[in-house]
Amino acid sequence: MTDNQIVLELKQITQAYGSQLVVKDLSLTLTQGEIGCLLGASGCGKTTVLRTIAGFEPLLDGEIILNGECVSRNGYQLPPAKRQIGMVFQDYALFPHLSTFDNVAFGLKGMDKATLIRRVNEVLELVGLYSEHARYPHEISGGQQQRVALARALAPKPQLLLMDEPFSNLDVTLRERLSMEVRDILKEYGTTALFVTHNQHEAFAVADRIGVMHNGEILQWDSAHNLYHQPASPQIANFVGEGALIKGIVRDKGKVETGLGLLDGIMTASTPDHTTVQLLVRPEDILHNDDSQVKAKVLRRNFRGANIMYTLLLENGDKVQALVPSHCDHQPGERIGIQPDVRHLVVFPIVLQKREITIRTA
Amino acid sequence: MHQSPAKSSEAPLRGFIHLKVRPSGWQLLTLVIALLVLVPLLVLALAWSEPAWDIWKHFRETLLNRLILNTLILVTGVSTGTLLLGITLAWLTGACNFPGRKIFSWTLLLPLAMPTYVLAFVFLGIFDYSGPVQTQLRGWFGRDAWVPDVRSAGGVILVMSLALYPYVYLLTRNAFRTQGKRALEAAQSLGCSPAGGFFRVVLPMARPWIAGGTTLVMMEALADFGAVSIFNFDTFTTAIYKAWFGFFSLPAAAQLSSLLVAMVFILVALEQRLRRHMRFAQSRITPQSERIQLAGVRRWLATGYCLVVLGLAFLLPAAQLLAWSLEIFHEEFDSRYLGLVSHSLILGLLSAILIAMTALLLAYAGRRHQDRWTHGLIRTATLGYALPGTVLAVGIFIPLAWLDNQLISLSRTLFNVEITQLLQGTILIMITAYMIRFMAAGFKSIDSAMHRVTNNIDEASRLMGLRGIKLLYKVHLPMLRGGIFTALTLAFVDVMKEMPITLMTRPFGWDTLAVKIFELTSEGEWERAALPALTLLLSGLLPIVLLMRETDRD
Repeated sequence: MTDNQIVLELKQITQAYGSQLVVKDLSLTLTQGEIGCLLGASGCGKTTVLRTIAGFEPLLDGEIILNGECVSRNGYQLPPAKRQIGMVFQDYALFPHLSTFDNVAFGLKGMDKATLIRRVNEVLELVGLYSEHARYPHEISGGQQQRVALARALAPKPQLLLMDEPFSNLDVTLRERLSMEVRDILKEYGTTALFVTHNQHEAFAVADRIGVMHNGEILQWDSAHNLYHQPASPQIANFVGEGALIKGIVRDKGKVETGLGLLDGIMTASTPDHTTVQLLVRPEDILHNDDSQVKAKVLRRNFRGANIMYTLLLENGDKVQALVPSHCDHQPGERIGIQPDVRHLVVFPIVLQKREITIRTA
Repeated sequence: MHQSPAKSSEAPLRGFIHLKVRPSGWQLLTLVIALLVLVPLLVLALAWSEPAWDIWKHFRETLLNRLILNTLILVTGVSTGTLLLGITLAWLTGACNFPGRKIFSWTLLLPLAMPTYVLAFVFLGIFDYSGPVQTQLRGWFGRDAWVPDVRSAGGVILVMSLALYPYVYLLTRNAFRTQGKRALEAAQSLGCSPAGGFFRVVLPMARPWIAGGTTLVMMEALADFGAVSIFNFDTFTTAIYKAWFGFFSLPAAAQLSSLLVAMVFILVALEQRLRRHMRFAQSRITPQSERIQLAGVRRWLATGYCLVVLGLAFLLPAAQLLAWSLEIFHEEFDSRYLGLVSHSLILGLLSAILIAMTALLLAYAGRRHQDRWTHGLIRTATLGYALPGTVLAVGIFIPLAWLDNQLISLSRTLFNVEITQLLQGTILIMITAYMIRFMAAGFKSIDSAMHRVTNNIDEASRLMGLRGIKLLYKVHLPMLRGGIFTALTLAFVDVMKEMPITLMTRPFGWDTLAVKIFELTSEGEWERAALPALTLLLSGLLPIVLLMRETDRD
């Protein structure tokens, strides 16, 4: 198996509940060992996509190809049991009447007892739960249950692993730690995986490729870095990461005139001069500098420990956010000097009407 | 240890007094209520001190083997029947979707409203030799056509399975509803076929609930008196009745009762164990909204199956009762009938109020004292649900009759007054027996309401200046009202339907609807029994309405 062999390919799949389309013309590919993520608010259809890949839901249109074999198309569905797809459910769906060991062993077939025991122990060790093998699901913690669910899904060596909101039932600290652990485990196994979440930190921490979903469509399928620095639409810019969209006008090739002054940087899309645009400004693009000519009024102050997130009002009425080291302490109402440091000029031409300029706060 | 000598000599004594000699009023009260249950059991155990050998000899020669065999056949047959009906119906309405599923999911509980003895006599009325079905069959196929004998073990098992399957159905359906489809999907994602997943995962997961429902069914089958009498199917309950009222040997009745109690306690132990399992297995499972869509012929088969069960267990018998009642209404609806109704109502209401009050006290005691002793006592006090009515009748009659005789001889020696009956002429014995038998239902509803009144609620109220009676009146009572109402309803209906205790311990002139049904059906007067039976059926619908409100109707 070569590293870039395609494992999963969704070809323009469409799905409906009754007359309501929940997934529209959705396509994506995952190569061997890659971890993909569908990121979106609840109700955007991401779980439906997962369940369709697993074979629990029929497909209205399009095709799902798994390792070269079509497993779903309109009128045909390979039964879930025959797909060799592992799944981690949102509520884990551990079998309460079976011990950790038996839960993990459940999907293992056609091997002698010694091989089975070796295999289960190997997977349990991988997720760090070897010592809990005799315990029942209700006797172990939520984080341990999550790892048992992962071990159970990995044990039969699935072609593809699906995870439905795998960390949503855990508290915040555990969520962060486990998401990194899960990535390490999947990478160690070289498992191809696709998971869904509404939490971008999880998506960033675990996935190689992220698809931002909205209303049953993927808006952008890209790496975390590109989603953040080169979002394809204002919607994605708003949804992924923090920051603000401010008014601007494109001037002589690659410069944008804004309330922050004339900005120079790498223009992500070639836009003709004099176009009115929205420009994405991330909080780290604004530096605090008392000597700067550009002044802004502090509207809100959010102390985060190492740094402070300020919401600032520019003189032209635009608002931006600035992430500033926390020794630069200012109170709302104060005017402070700021210096823009925008490397990527992400601009979106204003086409129809003047868009409401929005700010995302954490 | 730097203690003054006076202190050190006092401390252990104080501790001793505190622990052993001065239980609180709540604990004493719980002890008294628990004794109400323990005394009859003790009396039955002591009955072996003078075995009624002559009657035992007769029993052993004629009856005993048959009794044991019949009881075994009945319990195995009814539990198998309720398992098959309960599990299949629960799976269909709990995890699948098919036409009529929503209506069936609650109407399938309706047979709970029908006492087993009512279903039993309606069945005989319809399917017995002289009934319309066999008459019609003879009309078609001639006089010698073979038809299965309805008055047989098979017949009584079928009837009781139809009447009792809702216990298994109700518990199992909740289990399937909360974890059925998701478990099946998890199994499929691990390479199981849907059928394989059902047997490897879904059924084993629901095992505590299935077994819990089944032990309840087994207890009911052991305790049943009315239905087996109507079918002339001798079990321990009918034998106890016969020993007392046929052979006039109370000791023999008591000894038979103690054997039955032994069987019941095996089931109780089993049930208590299962309850612990249920608590564990319930953790961290979220209800699922998706269902398995049945397609094609299968969905109509599902509809048909539910309809047949519901028809046999409820619709057909209810319709037959209605038809008979209309037929005989002008003859039977008279002052005698109204007398029966008023007796049933008085007994029902009186016991319901007593049960609710006692249950409330028990629930408060449990709230005040979280220790093992109090909880053990409360569990004992609510154990009566497992004791068959015939057993309780014997176990309570004996000590109270003894007390009666003591009082009578006391009044003779002290006041030289000759009286024949004091307690035995009153409804005290019946009411006590009812209280013991139906305390659990009342306690459970009030206690679950009590659990909602958390300590934080008390403390929040105190912070806002509510204390004492005012706290009780303004916070506790409104929060407990629903639970108290449920307790009253359940106890009331249970007492209305109760047959053996009433039959065996009622004072002269206290016939009730259930007693009348017993008398009429033992003479085969099915039609005339229809009006009281219909009355009971209607009252039995009350708790079903409550139950439906509590269960997930989706």
